Amino acid sequence: MDIYLVEAIINGILLGGVLALLALGLNLIFGVVDVVWIAYAEMVMVGMYVIYWLHAYYGWPLPLACLVAVIGVGLLGILVHLLIIQPILGSAPINQLLATGGLLFFLQSFATLLFGTDFRNIGLRMPIIEIGDIFISFSRLIAFCVALAGAVILYFFLSRTHIGTAIRAISQDREIMGLMGVDERKVYVITSAVGGSLAGLAACLLVLQYDVHPFIGLSFGPITFMICVLGGLGNMIGGFVAAFLMSQIISVGGYYFSIELSYVFAFLFFIVLMFIRPQGILAK
Amino acid sequence: MLQLAGVSAGYGSFQALFDVSLDVGAGEAVGVIGPNGAGKTTLMRVISGMLPVRAGRIDLEGRALAGMPAHRVIGEGIAHVPENRRLFPGLTVEENLRMGAYIPSARQHVRERLEWVYELFPRLKERRDQIAGTLSGGEQQMCAIGRALMSKPKILLMDEPSAGLAPLVVQQVFGLVRRIREEGFTVLIVEQNVQQVLEVVDRAYLLEVGRIRLSGSAEELKNNDFVRQAYMGI
Repeated sequence: MDIYLVEAIINGILLGGVLALLALGLNLIFGVVDVVWIAYAEMVMVGMYVIYWLHAYYGWPLPLACLVAVIGVGLLGILVHLLIIQPILGSAPINQLLATGGLLFFLQSFATLLFGTDFRNIGLRMPIIEIGDIFISFSRLIAFCVALAGAVILYFFLSRTHIGTAIRAISQDREIMGLMGVDERKVYVITSAVGGSLAGLAACLLVLQYDVHPFIGLSFGPITFMICVLGGLGNMIGGFVAAFLMSQIISVGGYYFSIELSYVFAFLFFIVLMFIRPQGILAK
Repeated sequence: MLQLAGVSAGYGSFQALFDVSLDVGAGEAVGVIGPNGAGKTTLMRVISGMLPVRAGRIDLEGRALAGMPAHRVIGEGIAHVPENRRLFPGLTVEENLRMGAYIPSARQHVRERLEWVYELFPRLKERRDQIAGTLSGGEQQMCAIGRALMSKPKILLMDEPSAGLAPLVVQQVFGLVRRIREEGFTVLIVEQNVQQVLEVVDRAYLLEVGRIRLSGSAEELKNNDFVRQAYMGI
């Protein structure tokens, strides 16, 4: 077998991990709060800037900068919920979409104003691992492992804790949560914090591989939404599977043709699947 | 123990309850009977805080409940088994039960409460890891009652426990209600199945278009001509 193809498949899997993490966060918030955070990838961008400034500019150690990003974007998630989502929880979905869409442009413009449109790099040079004739980027491998670890932690949080069980329950029957003694507003705030922290974690992983600029969210936002919809919005397992499917199309397609064309294939695949399985690939 | 005085409630411009007064004593089982649309479910929702009270008082052991949000009412000792059971269909039986013990005071005792509910309903123990949505109707009702008991309430509200169940299963469900009574729980039960419910309660109220029309002991209502004609088809 062609070793470059093997390399492309491995890279696809590694990319899939990070995309899966993004999809998990977005699906979590949608499943619980029932609002799509259009600006989710822009929150990742904020996290990347936090790491860039703390590490590359102020010289903080990278792990510490990453920790601040995870907590900081988690807090940003709470702010977004309290300031933007909570007041419009009862209004039409299109208004909620427009409000979080407005946040997207706000964060983009704010970043442009503050930092300009320069591409900034944290300047970390990670080694390349060589296995036989296959080359794997160490930063991608780390990103994959951490993303997977994040998904496992999220799984245990959702399945083993009281609040996690409530988070799963709320998407199944919102109305009776009060009868269980659950204050929905608290669950929403906690979910927004967890969703934000996942965006912060994704920022840590993406900043290892990509330059930060105000429009970096556009590179991940649309594909993350496609993955979530492909897996069935709110369906975490579906999103997880879809992430690896899409990343393979992008990576293997990029090997045979070009990376630009592979995105065309990915979007085409998405459109076709929307006709065949509009409820998502794992829908019953 | 539970007292309602002059309670009115409704949805938007529609008023569903007019000046409803009733009381439930400790250890008693009280029924509220009446036709579809009489306001029975509304009554339950008002007591458990899912629907705001427009006028009147609701007191539990002298503590005012009116105006309290649902998630705090359960902490006061009122558990509500909603109409159509409303289990979380994607969670397991045990996860559903655990949700019933979400409030901090119950969460500390979740293990012993689980054991206690399993002892009461051994069937649930057999099915503890089963997804609740796949249970039979009777088992779902058992799980819904078990979930409400997890908070060890002072009073259990049951909304149409027999609704949508096959006749044989209805018998089993009323058997469960008896068991709950024998455990010493105070129960307020709303039912359309008048004949059956009058067999398990001490007293009952007849609710019609949002107003209490009659009240009395189960025996009195069973022998009341109006109730017999209108609700028991005798």
